[in-house]
Amino acid sequence: MKRLTLYAITTLFTAILLIWTPGCQSPGGPATGGLVSSNDAASQVYVAPGQYDEFYSFLSGGFSGQLSVYGLPSGRLLKVIPVFSVDAEKAYGFNEETKPMLNTSFGFVPWDDAHHPELSQTNGETDGRWIFINGNNTPRVARIDLSTFETTEIIEIPNSGGNHSSPFTTENTEYVVAGTRFGVPYPQNDVAISSYAENFKGMLTFIKVDPESGHMEIAFQILLPAFDYDLAHSGKGKSHGWTFFTSYNTEQKNTLLEVNASQNDKDFIAAINWKKAEEYLAQGKFREIPARYAHNVYSDVDHQATSTIIEKVKVLTPEDCPDMVYFLPTPKSPHGVDVDPSGEYIVGNGKLSADLTVHSFTKMLQAIENKSYETMISSIPVLKYEEVVGGVVKAPGLGPLHTEFDANGNAYTTFFISSEIVKWKVGTWEVLDRVPCYYSVGHLMIPGGDSRKPQGKYMLALNKITKDRYLPTGPELDQAAQLYDISGDKIKLLLDFPTVGEPHYGQGISADRIVPNVKKIYPIEENKHPYVSLGEGKTKVERQGNDVHVYMTTIRSHFAPDNIEGVKVGDKVFFHVTNLEQDWDVPHGFAVMGARNSEILVMPGQTETTVWEPQRPGVYPFYCTDFCSALHQEMQGYIRISPANSNTPLKWSMGEDIVQ
Amino acid sequence: MKWLPRLLMILGLAGFLSLFAFPLWRITLVAPQYPTGVRMYIWINKIGGETAGTLQNINILNHYVGMKFIEPESIPELSYFPYVVLALGLLGLLAMVINKPWAYLGWALLVIILAAIGIYDFYLWEYDYGHHLSPTAPIKIPGASYQPPVIGKKTILNFTAYSYPHTGGILAGISIILALVAFKIKKSWS
Ligand SMILES: [Cu+2]
Repeated sequence: MKRLTLYAITTLFTAILLIWTPGCQSPGGPATGGLVSSNDAASQVYVAPGQYDEFYSFLSGGFSGQLSVYGLPSGRLLKVIPVFSVDAEKAYGFNEETKPMLNTSFGFVPWDDAHHPELSQTNGETDGRWIFINGNNTPRVARIDLSTFETTEIIEIPNSGGNHSSPFTTENTEYVVAGTRFGVPYPQNDVAISSYAENFKGMLTFIKVDPESGHMEIAFQILLPAFDYDLAHSGKGKSHGWTFFTSYNTEQKNTLLEVNASQNDKDFIAAINWKKAEEYLAQGKFREIPARYAHNVYSDVDHQATSTIIEKVKVLTPEDCPDMVYFLPTPKSPHGVDVDPSGEYIVGNGKLSADLTVHSFTKMLQAIENKSYETMISSIPVLKYEEVVGGVVKAPGLGPLHTEFDANGNAYTTFFISSEIVKWKVGTWEVLDRVPCYYSVGHLMIPGGDSRKPQGKYMLALNKITKDRYLPTGPELDQAAQLYDISGDKIKLLLDFPTVGEPHYGQGISADRIVPNVKKIYPIEENKHPYVSLGEGKTKVERQGNDVHVYMTTIRSHFAPDNIEGVKVGDKVFFHVTNLEQDWDVPHGFAVMGARNSEILVMPGQTETTVWEPQRPGVYPFYCTDFCSALHQEMQGYIRISPANSNTPLKWSMGEDIVQ
Repeated sequence: MKWLPRLLMILGLAGFLSLFAFPLWRITLVAPQYPTGVRMYIWINKIGGETAGTLQNINILNHYVGMKFIEPESIPELSYFPYVVLALGLLGLLAMVINKPWAYLGWALLVIILAAIGIYDFYLWEYDYGHHLSPTAPIKIPGASYQPPVIGKKTILNFTAYSYPHTGGILAGISIILALVAFKIKKSWS
């Protein structure tokens, strides 16, 4: 009865807030919410011209498929890194070199939904080497090299659908994980959708990361019931060796999930003992099953990517491998699962729950040792809620989604429905402070806030709804982020800025962990691109049947060659452009009239290739698209296209006329 | 105390021969696009920059006003300077063995004369680069020349050029002073 009353009150309150919260503003006026009372907020986020921000922050682009880099505390946009979506600006997915990066078992996929950036860690601390991010729609995990800020590897995840609980790392980046949000038939097959409970499965994937090169490889997959595995975080310190995944839809329904998947009072956090899984793997207790997934690697030496299709994967099952997976009952449809810096507490953010549940790792180990199971599901022991729960934060807010931590034993939880962040004490579970967010915050980010060593004096709210926060831009608005100062007892709003796409999760790191390793140029003598021209003297034009390869160079302020004749309608022209510059921030671009392709933008020491199929006879200009120098406007050339049956000889030049 | 002149001379020679290890001279160019400057180092046997690309970068900047490319291979001095320095080093050793006032003074004067010739030669090269401009240069400013200073600071179009002796050059200069001091001491004893 008591529970029913609480539920009724919660629901009513929720309904009121959902209707009221973001729309309270009268149209036409600026937002007044969250006015910073003290003037020093401005000076706290002011980074003087020419000065650097203290932190890098990496915010996912959500449905933009990209990863944006902002400086904090200024909120200045530093770069948008293309990851899962083509980007005409950088020719990502348009030039020949990066097309293989977007190859999948379904062929070339030009887009994905990128959710959770995750920095690599050493000893539980962010190390600034790489950042990983998941592609949700066509399940993939990408690795971005933070010496170049470019996507250098993408691996597809087989037996998965909706790669959402991904790519959270272990404390030495031994693994990044990839749990499926959607149950899918296993193996993928033409079955009745209504046979969900019988034919569908949920797969959790562990991707091994090479400690030197960062190269990813699927080490093993764990076959579980077809729950929706929502988010994950790995243990740290004492709980190193374990990874925790939240689940919802433990009802295993396949229609109207908003109702049908919200019935169970408790869903589960799946606790995976991956060290145990490694033992089973070494003992050969896996099943090697047919699969089909792409592994794409970009090389900074070859300046191009290769895509390989892999056709096998190792699967571990709880039937064959006991003591590897346990279920921790957690109220109610938990979304984020967050492990505190000590590794002892596992916060299950039950998004439909009135309270916030925190499990104790020590109690979990004790319960496992006592074998005090509530029941078994598909050979997986379900531990007793009362024996694993370490504490409960009572009625902190509505719709908890995610929790991050500071270095002083405090936790910060986002509440989507009540649109706020609540600060509470780990261990005493008392609520210390709360601040509103504008509006409906999803993830939050504290630099290092999901690692063993939070660096944060800042906290960033990543909001789902923008409404009236900025000058209106039509029906479609950017998303909004708010920066807070969390160095004092009270949380203080500092800054509000729009973001690219929809930032789901973010990561932050102090700049000094990245800046010393950032590359300024690619040494030209290390360029091993098969079509490189190492100097203007090495430039040429070669015909192979209907393929014409132009070996071209750029240097301020000309192309070599810049006059080309003897190319015909029906030819396929490959412009292989090598930028001979060795100076920081001197890229050259290349674009040719009528190309059904993007420009290419070639960094110093790099080679890139764009393909052009001339359609009509004529003489077509090409030019440099990046304002490179005082004589940039002069950086231009011509290619003559003759009719298909003509005999114009293939010739090229720079600095003198072609004599036919 | 008897060994003092020889000690001074050996210290001086060590500094002098450091020309094989350190640059003689440094030219720094500062411009709006190069806030931290572009540095070119002149050694007894090569001309280089702080990175592998520096010389190319300077050549690219220079070509707008029609200056010749700096190509170390085309500067013959760089091929025989090391032998001159080595020979002077051996003569310095000889002066030390002789250990007479005239030997120290003679060595110091020889180095001063050769250094003066070297600096004049450096000036001639700079003059050549700064004045003999390509007639097809994209940017032509009537009457302008782009000769960097031998020593000191000078504004050349959008650049400010700083030219000063570097580690090797300074140590070689000190070696002259040490030889002169050795001469003085030796002379006062005689
Ligand atoms: Cu250009």
